Amino acid sequence: MHNERAIDVDYLSRVEGEGALHVRLQGNEVMDLQFKIFEPPRFFEAMLEGRDFMEAPDITSRICGICPVAYQTSACNAMESAAGVTLPHNLRLLRRLLYCGEWVESHGLHVYLLHAPDFLGYPSGIAMAEKFPERVETGLRLKKIGNELMTLIGGREIHPINTKVGGFYRAPTKAELQSMKPDLEWGLEAAIDTVRWVSQFPFPEFEREYEFVALHSPDEYAVDQGRIVSNRGIDIAPEEWDDVFEEEHVEWSNALHARIKERGSYHLGPMARYAMNHEQLTPLAREAADQAGLGAECRNPFQSIVVRSVEIVFAFEESLRIIDEYERPDAPAIEVNPAGEVGHGASEAPRGLLYHRYEVDDSKAISKARIVPPTSQNQLSIEEDLKTYIPGRAGLEDEQLRFELEQAIRNYDPCISCATHFLDLTVERD
Amino acid sequence: MSRRKLAVWKFASCDGCQLTLLDCEDELLSIAGAIDIAYFPEASTTEVEGPYDLSLVEGSITTPHDAERIQTIREQSTTLVTIGACATAGGIQALRNWADVREFTSIVYAEPSFISTLDTSTAISEHVDVDFELRGCPISKAQLVELINAYLNDRRPYIPAHSVCMECKARGTPCIMVRDGVPCLGPVTHAGCGAICPAYDRGCYGCFGPSESANVEALAQWWKGLGVEDLDLVRALRTFNAYAPEFKEVSDRYA
Repeated sequence: MHNERAIDVDYLSRVEGEGALHVRLQGNEVMDLQFKIFEPPRFFEAMLEGRDFMEAPDITSRICGICPVAYQTSACNAMESAAGVTLPHNLRLLRRLLYCGEWVESHGLHVYLLHAPDFLGYPSGIAMAEKFPERVETGLRLKKIGNELMTLIGGREIHPINTKVGGFYRAPTKAELQSMKPDLEWGLEAAIDTVRWVSQFPFPEFEREYEFVALHSPDEYAVDQGRIVSNRGIDIAPEEWDDVFEEEHVEWSNALHARIKERGSYHLGPMARYAMNHEQLTPLAREAADQAGLGAECRNPFQSIVVRSVEIVFAFEESLRIIDEYERPDAPAIEVNPAGEVGHGASEAPRGLLYHRYEVDDSKAISKARIVPPTSQNQLSIEEDLKTYIPGRAGLEDEQLRFELEQAIRNYDPCISCATHFLDLTVERD
Repeated sequence: MSRRKLAVWKFASCDGCQLTLLDCEDELLSIAGAIDIAYFPEASTTEVEGPYDLSLVEGSITTPHDAERIQTIREQSTTLVTIGACATAGGIQALRNWADVREFTSIVYAEPSFISTLDTSTAISEHVDVDFELRGCPISKAQLVELINAYLNDRRPYIPAHSVCMECKARGTPCIMVRDGVPCLGPVTHAGCGAICPAYDRGCYGCFGPSESANVEALAQWWKGLGVEDLDLVRALRTFNAYAPEFKEVSDRYA
């Protein structure tokens, strides 16, 4: 039929990993939509079988170069819960501080180099630098401070070497951490200014009723630990994951699709965390959110850049707080023995909840591993955003429509490398 | 003279090595000024058509489609440099080379028939000629900047092939294998990271792969003297550079 058309994005840009989108339209109606993940499968769960439990953080960090600390933390949490131990206070502070570094680096990369160009009409952050050199330089410096914090604690920014089940190989001195304070204080101011800047961007009018799922702790903005909660009543410990969630394998994707058993799609990441936990934000982050007009929740995924920027403010503020509180522990790690046990671990990767589950045998080797990355959980929500967004935009020329759909996917800061176990955009108009 | 064109390609990988380019916060805008970033989908929507003067290739070959794609990239590239352990040695995903990939698929996926994959994960140099290899899981930022700088100035990059031991000496870190009896892969591992692990009271775990003329068997004997079991030696050699020949040969011997 003459009014049918296909829109294809063969290789999504400014996302981590390889994905595509295929849409088939008849008039304004979406006949078919596939958010495809063609990133080659790497079979991490299978490779982990037979490995020593202590190897889980190092091996799983290689799932993603953008959020290795998330993988390391969820893996450590799982092994420590299997062994029935919790980290002493200062080691736990250090783990949270390392994670704050990753949030700053990953969010800074996405806000400045990957997402802002969409709103200002540039193909990249680098191209944006010609018109907005000071903005881009600010973004790079923010990101660099996140990386320096990770390097100080973790030894390096990508695939840190210092994380260990039970703590760290070497705990830094308080003075070493304090050396970061001037940069962190600069970063805090720059992040507050970033919220002001991005909140002025032109946002499409678009909202959906999401089920927001995030970790929650009553006393702090949940990052490295917490219970899994949602705005529709989920409130479970990580070990109850399978009671509520399931994964399915669809033909067009190398990433498994996760869903809530009874209801289907859900939404992870900055907007979900903000909706569930804004009362736990640090004072300046809350103030920045209020001034940006975010209210109690944000349901426009295009505005996720504002929420992400608020979380950069939080990460700097929290880092400064932790450094003041931290005292170097006597031992850099505690003993962990998960032999013969099953462990579940969850933490908030920059793009959302990351769940690990391990079975460990009597020789302390992993006999079964399961990893559910954030982007595979967000896949259904991304597809539903697109299906809802397209009918109002179907009058656009293919090229503009393709651009807007790619932007709608980038709202999620998808990490496709992670999700494969996890994208290319085609729009077909019949 | 027009600027030379840079392309960044991805195969099976974690994206960490190409992220290293974006992590060069102090140099990124200068690099973009000196060379035309013509193809780099992780960072830019712009796609300038080939041919390309310098291609940086991340990741290993694991699918029939990728085995064909690397040939096209080689044809389009004057200079091709692999970046990282996946591209130079097959990466952690080369652990499948010792296993039955169909079994691996069924462990992870409910519908194995939907998955297209090769039995092996192999280095780029197994498929096409490679002009230079940058090691590491991930690569070193300083080595990447040195490589691009050398390329732009038509000189050889200064990337030493000696072992991590030299870097511990340069850094002033006492040998943790001698001092503390901690098993360390530093004596057989390619320099480049700056000897991070021993400085953090941890043995090197070999993420830069074998150094030049590494005597892995001699180190294996040393480890046994420290009381390391064969299984743990094999595990240590079979991580991110498991299929590098020097590591593979010795891990196969003790497996």
